[in-house]
Amino acid sequence: MTTEAPRAPASCLGQAIKRKEDPRFIQGRGRYLDDISLPGMLHMAIVRSPYAHARIVSIDKQTALDTPGVVAVITGEDLEKLGLHWMPTIAGDNQMVLATGKVLFQYQEVVAVVASSRGAAYDGAAAVEVEYEALPVLSDAKRAMDPDAPLLRDDRDQKTNHIWHWESGNAEATADALVKAEVVVRQDMYFPRCHASPLETCGCVADMDKATGRLTLYVTSQAPHVYRTVIALVAKLPEHMIRVVSPDIGGGFGAKVGIYPGYVVAVVASIVTGHPVKWVETRTEHLTSTAFARDYHMTAEIGATKDGRVQALRVHTLADHGAFDSQANPSKWPAGLFNICTGSYDFANAFVDVDAVYTNKPPGGISYRCSFRVTEAAYLIERAMDVLAQELKMDPAELRRKNFVAPEQFPYTTPLGWTYDSGNYRATFEKALAQIGYDSLRREQAGRRARGDLMGIGISTFTEIVGAGPNAQFDILGLKMFDSAEVRVHPTGKAVARFGVRHQGQGHETTFAQIVANELGLSPADVLVEQGDTDTAPYGLGTYGSRSTPVAGGAAALCARRIREKAKKIAAHLLECGEHDLEWTEGKFRVAGVPERSVTMQDCAFAAYTNPPPGLEPGLEATFYYDPPNFTFPFGTYVAVVDIDPGTGEVKVRRFLAIDDCGVVINPMIVEGQVHGGLTEGFAIAFMQEIPYDTEGNCLATNFTEYLVPTAAETPHWETDRTVTPSPHHPIGAKGVGESPNVGSPAAFVNAVVDALAHLGVRHIDMPLTRDKIWNVLRQHGVDGA
Amino acid sequence: MITAPFEYAAPKSLKEALALLRGGGSDRKVLAGGQSLIPMMRFRLAAPSMLIDITRIPELGVFEEEDGYLRIGAIITHGQMECSPMIKDRYPLLFTTASVVADPIVRQRGTLCGALVHADPAGDWGAALIAARAEVVISSQSGERRMPVDEFLVDTFTTALTEDEVLKEVRVPVPSARTGGNYQKIERKVGDFATAGVAACVTVDDKGAIAQVGIGLCAAGPISRRAVSAERRLMGNTLDDAAIAAAGAQAAAEAEPVADTRGPVDYKRDMFRVLTIRALRATRTIVEGRR
Amino acid sequence: MSYHIEVTVNGERHAADVEARLPLVYFLRETLGLTGTHIGCDTTTCGACTVIVDGKPVKSCTMFAVQADGCRVETVEGLATESGLHPLQQAFWDNHGLQCGYCTPGMLMAAKALLSRNPSPSEAEIRQAISGNICRCTGYQNIVKAIQQAAEELAGTAASSAAGA
Repeated sequence: MTTEAPRAPASCLGQAIKRKEDPRFIQGRGRYLDDISLPGMLHMAIVRSPYAHARIVSIDKQTALDTPGVVAVITGEDLEKLGLHWMPTIAGDNQMVLATGKVLFQYQEVVAVVASSRGAAYDGAAAVEVEYEALPVLSDAKRAMDPDAPLLRDDRDQKTNHIWHWESGNAEATADALVKAEVVVRQDMYFPRCHASPLETCGCVADMDKATGRLTLYVTSQAPHVYRTVIALVAKLPEHMIRVVSPDIGGGFGAKVGIYPGYVVAVVASIVTGHPVKWVETRTEHLTSTAFARDYHMTAEIGATKDGRVQALRVHTLADHGAFDSQANPSKWPAGLFNICTGSYDFANAFVDVDAVYTNKPPGGISYRCSFRVTEAAYLIERAMDVLAQELKMDPAELRRKNFVAPEQFPYTTPLGWTYDSGNYRATFEKALAQIGYDSLRREQAGRRARGDLMGIGISTFTEIVGAGPNAQFDILGLKMFDSAEVRVHPTGKAVARFGVRHQGQGHETTFAQIVANELGLSPADVLVEQGDTDTAPYGLGTYGSRSTPVAGGAAALCARRIREKAKKIAAHLLECGEHDLEWTEGKFRVAGVPERSVTMQDCAFAAYTNPPPGLEPGLEATFYYDPPNFTFPFGTYVAVVDIDPGTGEVKVRRFLAIDDCGVVINPMIVEGQVHGGLTEGFAIAFMQEIPYDTEGNCLATNFTEYLVPTAAETPHWETDRTVTPSPHHPIGAKGVGESPNVGSPAAFVNAVVDALAHLGVRHIDMPLTRDKIWNVLRQHGVDGA
Repeated sequence: MITAPFEYAAPKSLKEALALLRGGGSDRKVLAGGQSLIPMMRFRLAAPSMLIDITRIPELGVFEEEDGYLRIGAIITHGQMECSPMIKDRYPLLFTTASVVADPIVRQRGTLCGALVHADPAGDWGAALIAARAEVVISSQSGERRMPVDEFLVDTFTTALTEDEVLKEVRVPVPSARTGGNYQKIERKVGDFATAGVAACVTVDDKGAIAQVGIGLCAAGPISRRAVSAERRLMGNTLDDAAIAAAGAQAAAEAEPVADTRGPVDYKRDMFRVLTIRALRATRTIVEGRR
Repeated sequence: MSYHIEVTVNGERHAADVEARLPLVYFLRETLGLTGTHIGCDTTTCGACTVIVDGKPVKSCTMFAVQADGCRVETVEGLATESGLHPLQQAFWDNHGLQCGYCTPGMLMAAKALLSRNPSPSEAEIRQAISGNICRCTGYQNIVKAIQQAAEELAGTAASSAAGA
């Protein structure tokens, strides 16, 4: 038994190398946020509103202040004196930090209690008395723009619950094409509000050291540099005196991108008390106040010829953003990358518009592996295609086959403006159908249907878009969405590589080591990957939207190539030849034609410090800030086979095959793990997850007894495979894969269930496909069982 | 996340436990597994001033058949029920119930008696023990009293226990030869409270006619209940498909489920029909195997 | 009011004076500094806090330290020995049975408890045994593979030491 990662062969791209980060995790030696304890550290608990919309009449701190162990009680009024009761959001709105005047969603942060122990903080929080006067609640997004709807945001100039309107594509041409189309289908579909809910909740330890003037913020952040810059601007602290450290993170999935009020209050609490302050939220707080996901009310219209050639796609969406527009989207893209919704199909015309509204619910929207609303877009188009297939009485596989963008059409520009880098949808699709035995499944289905069994097959052939993003169009709060790598090789040929992204389980300590090692002829064991400390890592925009491999991975390769360029000069010096005489093959610089005359990167590294060529700077390191020329477009075909219990409405997933194409694969074992995890999340979303609110704005899924996360007992077995269509513009041809399974799978599940019930006339069922929903459909159509 | 402060005692005898309980009014609570009580305390929905830990009291660990009854002491866990060869072989209803209470780790500490005292409307043991026609033994400083489980379970989170009493033991009649039983539960995932739960226990005579039957329902109203009409419909009949279907319909009519995130009333009612049928079919398979 | 407790953790005796309301998980994490056991929820659902107490897996968030007086507690930190990693740890590593690592200590302890009472579990039995432990990253598939590998390894070791005895 060994704790060392094995040595890798010369080319380690595509190798299933065991993860370098695992030894500490399997020994319980990870360093997560709540593991951090600093001398004199205080604990913070937050008092939250029980009402969804209410005026704050009074706050009585006294009993809380008198509670043993309580050191400070902070209200919105206290923050107002520092100008910090509101803060800007990533989406260009403003958000209350601690409520003043009124509260806008149930569980909104109202008062913070700081105490010498966790127990005392909770005791103090229980003792705070807040008096509220309830106001009318706006819970239904569809009513937000009604003239008589309660106005939620009187802080804004525009006195309306309508946040913004966004469009993409050609409205007139699309409308025209729909009018002329031989067949038009229209389908409303709701993507319910759900939540990424990683196993570790959010939290921070804020440590303002008055002696040095430095603020250190340990925080569960997927984007530490962005946090540093925003805190500098918001709290008016000098940026070089702020250090943000993202320690090991227990899952992110997009829930740990935004800056939460708790973090800001903890920073203030540390400044005010002169002690480090720890705040770790409970699961209930996490589900009810951090960034939710989805909540898109969508309508899709497809116009097609009667033999199934699609011609036009029109989409309208009503987006429920909650009380503040705080979603973590690139700045000019308020609906994210939702206009990827023409998917894998060759539409001549398309138009999308989105209206976002405020409601009395927590803020968010971009989370849960959504790729910036690509989950919503892919669900929409894959469902709509099945609706069209049903209308045309055509096999949904055949309809897709007729409409895929063909390989020779790449790079392919959609009518909504995206230029797909590469794809071979048909090949992946046929491979999937062959592997699942599609024709034989359809025959089986026919036989079963005749006997009254309910069996369904669902396909999803998604294309997604990741790697935000090309700096010309993509920024977050003005910060361009490049990413970075900094690599330094030591005299003994070992390297340290630091990046501006921050993994939360995706295996960067291994995959990025593989990328760098591959370029430098080292073993991945010899490359130490570090991320997350803003004092040492080069500036980056963080990990979300599956952007790490496309952007930071690109930076990693190009940075390593810069090192190789310099090493080549050293090699020429060592081999006493010209640089032009040298080839780099199998991890060595070799003299062309005389391959036994060679030096390794280790030789060059040593020489960089002991024998550098005259005129060349000693040392061997480089930095690279990479502005990607385009997004990458991973794609795939997923097939789900389901059987429905007519007695209980339970859907059993009999088989699920996922064939992903994420371009060049760095570590197939890690890719497969990402797919397993994402499919499990998609399965949960399809069948059991929702955060509903009642008409009074009460949250109906506040903890894990109501917000359901599947266990190993419910989770199906996933069959996975791949095709490889490299990205032509990416330095190593990789595309990224983290979110593809969430993007592609919900539609596969829903398509399968609708397919099982299609012979009854069922066309669509909104997620989650709970037993009672299916039961209802069955009984309505006279299907019984026991 | 952290409970309000409380005092703690771990008495070594039932007598000591009862004295402590008597000393504190309704503010003191008995702690066995704590798998229902501690989560409530964490949310500060319960804040007892003292917890009296009874898990160190040997006599409360009784778990054996005696004089025609299986005695299940107050500190016997769901896990012990699930792992017991005696339960698996001879008490299929209790076995199938124990296998689906909460989750496999919670089952290691949670107790059958604790769950019964907690009296959750969706409590699996309530339904099972009603079906099994079990009785409870209640201890106080004044002595012991016994009653059928049906009487013990009064209302939501309410039993017949007074403030200074402890549920000492549950007694399940040792089943006779031609007895089978089964518990069916709909849960959205492992660990979920039941959407609907049906427990069935049937004894047939040597001609295959039903001589004794118990059907218990949970998540069917304020507290677990007996499906009286369904039982009546079955008594004396053979356990054939028609009788089973009729019993299912009766049970559905008797259930009073409440609409919640698990589903609306009409769905839940139909689930009582379906689960009753499935529980009776499974019971029939066992009974036929034992004839 | 504080209570004196003595708890054996990973073979080492510890004595402490604690508040009754101190959960076992915080006793382990903060009093003893064993931060491998994690907290993931507030409803005893997620199992990130799973440890073994007197041979049985327990969610340590739903047990007070005072209840563990006189008990033997095993945590993830006690799995490896001087000879190296426990077969479960090695198997999780070999099979990519972890991603963010947060559920891993709880999973390892639940798996250890499973294998100690059922040395050759079927896949269904493994899935049932870990159904009190939530993972958001892996979809459980590789965790199941890891436990199967460890079961074989442990059975093999048991067989060979029985053979050698």
